[in-house]
Amino acid sequence: MITSFRWKPALLLGGWAAFLLVFLAGPLGALLVKCFEDRYGNWIGAGNFTAFVSAPNLIGATRNSLTIASLTTLITLALAFPFAFGLTRSAMPGKALFRAIAQVPLLAPSLLPALSLVYLFGNKGLLRDVMMGHSLYGPLGIVIASVFAFFPQAVLILTIALSVSDARLYEAARALGAGPVRRFFTITLPGAQYGLVSAASVVFTCALSDFGIPMVLGGHYPVLATEVFEQVVGLQDFGVGSVVGLALLLPVSLALWAENWSAGRQKALLSARSVLYRPTSPGTGFVAYCGLIGVLLLGIVAMGAFVSLITFWPYNLHPTLKNYDFGHFDEAGWGSFGNSLILAAGTAFFGTILTFGGAYLTEKLPGLAGLKRLVRGLAMLPLGVPGMVLGLGYIFFFDRPGNPLHGLYGTLAILLICTCVHLYSVGHLTAATALKQLDADYEAVSASLKVSAWRTFSRVTVPLCLPAILDIAIYLFVTAMTTVSAVVFLYSPDTKPASVAILNMDESGTVAAAAALCMVIFTSSAVVRLLHILVERALLKRTQAWRG
Amino acid sequence: MKMRLMATVAAALVLAGGWASFGIAGAATRLTVYTALETEQLAPYKKAFEADNPDIEIRWVRDSNGVITAKLLAERNNPQADAIWGVAASSLLLLEKQGLLDPYAPKDVGAVKAAFRDTATPPAWVGMDAWMAAICFNSEEAKKKGLPKPKSWADLTSAIYKDQIVMPSPASSGTGFLAVSGWLQMMGDGPGWAFMDKLDANMAAYIHSGSKPCKMVAAGEYPVGISMEYAGVQQQNEGAPIEVILPPEGTGWEIEATAIVKGGHNEEAARRLADWAVSAKARDQYARFYPITAVPGAKTQLANYPADAESHLGRNDFAWAAANRDAILAKWTARYQGKAEDH
Repeated sequence: MITSFRWKPALLLGGWAAFLLVFLAGPLGALLVKCFEDRYGNWIGAGNFTAFVSAPNLIGATRNSLTIASLTTLITLALAFPFAFGLTRSAMPGKALFRAIAQVPLLAPSLLPALSLVYLFGNKGLLRDVMMGHSLYGPLGIVIASVFAFFPQAVLILTIALSVSDARLYEAARALGAGPVRRFFTITLPGAQYGLVSAASVVFTCALSDFGIPMVLGGHYPVLATEVFEQVVGLQDFGVGSVVGLALLLPVSLALWAENWSAGRQKALLSARSVLYRPTSPGTGFVAYCGLIGVLLLGIVAMGAFVSLITFWPYNLHPTLKNYDFGHFDEAGWGSFGNSLILAAGTAFFGTILTFGGAYLTEKLPGLAGLKRLVRGLAMLPLGVPGMVLGLGYIFFFDRPGNPLHGLYGTLAILLICTCVHLYSVGHLTAATALKQLDADYEAVSASLKVSAWRTFSRVTVPLCLPAILDIAIYLFVTAMTTVSAVVFLYSPDTKPASVAILNMDESGTVAAAAALCMVIFTSSAVVRLLHILVERALLKRTQAWRG
Repeated sequence: MKMRLMATVAAALVLAGGWASFGIAGAATRLTVYTALETEQLAPYKKAFEADNPDIEIRWVRDSNGVITAKLLAERNNPQADAIWGVAASSLLLLEKQGLLDPYAPKDVGAVKAAFRDTATPPAWVGMDAWMAAICFNSEEAKKKGLPKPKSWADLTSAIYKDQIVMPSPASSGTGFLAVSGWLQMMGDGPGWAFMDKLDANMAAYIHSGSKPCKMVAAGEYPVGISMEYAGVQQQNEGAPIEVILPPEGTGWEIEATAIVKGGHNEEAARRLADWAVSAKARDQYARFYPITAVPGAKTQLANYPADAESHLGRNDFAWAAANRDAILAKWTARYQGKAEDH
């Protein structure tokens, strides 16, 4: 009995570690080896690293990437925090609506805001005068599009961080005479600290590794993600390309360190003795604020829809559906959309089990500190790995003839696994944030009552975390619908996803068709998202009544 | 209830995955062909080939030249492609140098102009047609900005075009590279770089893809673009107010070619594709898009294609371009990308 209590968790956690080692560390290791090889596969030591530091464009790109990512993080958090605060700490009306609108950018590939911005603020854009002569192409455009694209991630994490709070703290503060400002800075902000650091690290690394946006809006402004593309695709130099890819991992180690640091200071917000905080402020100001943000988010999507429906921008504005006849623009036609649906459903199903299970094992199991640190570290790693780098690593790793998993190559399974791994971090962070807020007393009490850990997990933990679990599943679904960089090297003619088709169409300049396929993905993801809201409502009624 | 639902979803996924990876069983040989052809070329080429070879079915993997080349290099130990049809000859030279191609002389290889095929016997690659760098010019936007129509490469260095020009980056686009390689070969090394220095001063942006600058010009984002001539003519035919200018100094160009991948799974079918790719029927297909064909005498023609295009093809030594590609790109990148953030 006692032994089974010890080895079962170790076995489970070991399984997770093994999965991440094979499908994340393995490919990255293969990529690391490439860093020391020339293009003919000969060992050349540090030659590629010397090439990196002595190339002014790569050093400049590093600086640019850090600037872009920092600005995007600051602006996104500044915009997302009041949004999440309004959703969780005020009694404003229309919360479900605003919550859904905040997720709108997730439903479309990041290429969509980039394309829309061109039509709004580009040199022939509808609102180009707003730019007052400044060029959209460069840091300005990249930051605007990135804030749009990564706003949902920040809201998702902050909403969960802010959604539970102990009302006794606020009552005590009020009784002691603390005003609302003081209460905000001494209770709310410290309580949301972990969520803020998580959101910052997620947005920072997303902005750092996205390459769709700088591809469209980069202009004269090279960043690391596009330099990886340039080295690998343009120069076919896998060595230097791998080095540039690994350079993106450095800021992630920093983010990882920050996340660990703040996690160490985080105490459970909700103990078995808590009284749940119930917002009472009417939140009129928040309605106005969230409304304004909502209009901006929807406006960008509406522009994409508009562009997809006209004949030839800007010279022939007749409405047409010809841009939706994808067979004319891409060899896979509408078939790519079917592939994407399968890929997204599979990622949502398996990815949710993977990420929530992994987070549960690392947060709630007793002991095994070393193994936990390994799984936690590996779980954060995919954040800073540009999908293209991960995809290339997959080729280098699974392509080795000696690899027993060689047969996966070219199948839908490898796309599925690669996407799950690529998106692992946000799922893990969301789950971990939700799990950390549950008092460890639940497990302790269950153990003392001789209730099995599995029963506590399925009867207490999962129902309590159901909102977070559903959020993870839907995040994985819609992101898998739009992910492009991770799969661009891995698809085969039968498994080409729509996101890759969009990139191909944009690259060949058929922008209206690219926008049209973006809209198809957007619409289908929106339908799934609406279904999710309905299911969530029904389930929440049953399992979350305690939240009030 | 929940478990049953999960089991159903899982089963459905496994079935779907199996279906997608094994495909629908059929009698035809499925030939995996890697290509960088324009999308609108894929369907007619496939249809024409399969009409003559009903027992072979083409499975396309299409991407830009860069991506396809990178893919072939990365898959060297486990080739997924059987044949290559419609990829830049300079890319194929690179693949050949690394021993990834299986040389084969198609039955009618004699019909192919000598300049359009590998000099070795049997050739590692055989050309289909040629495309070239050209200037796309949006006359409507230029009128609004008071810009004159450029008539030559040299005109583009005039200060009047400051921040009005886009071109593909040679580091990521085959068309960008052939333009640069063309200037260096026609003008000579020193004057070539001096020209590019002046051109860089006028450049609004370097774009990642070859046909896109012309499409940006067609959409009015920029008045002047350096791109491939086909993209310009095609946009013109779609109703964009643009003109395609082939500079009198001559222009860089490139061959689209066919090759067989070493270690592919369907060698016999790949050879039949290579045979068919130099046939008169294939030539007439190519000519509807790229009128300068490797096998002369095409009976079709792309509408509005400049009649004297072939006379603009500049001096081009593919072996020189392939051998010097790394050095040219390193120099180009250091010169024009390093100072990128000053713009």
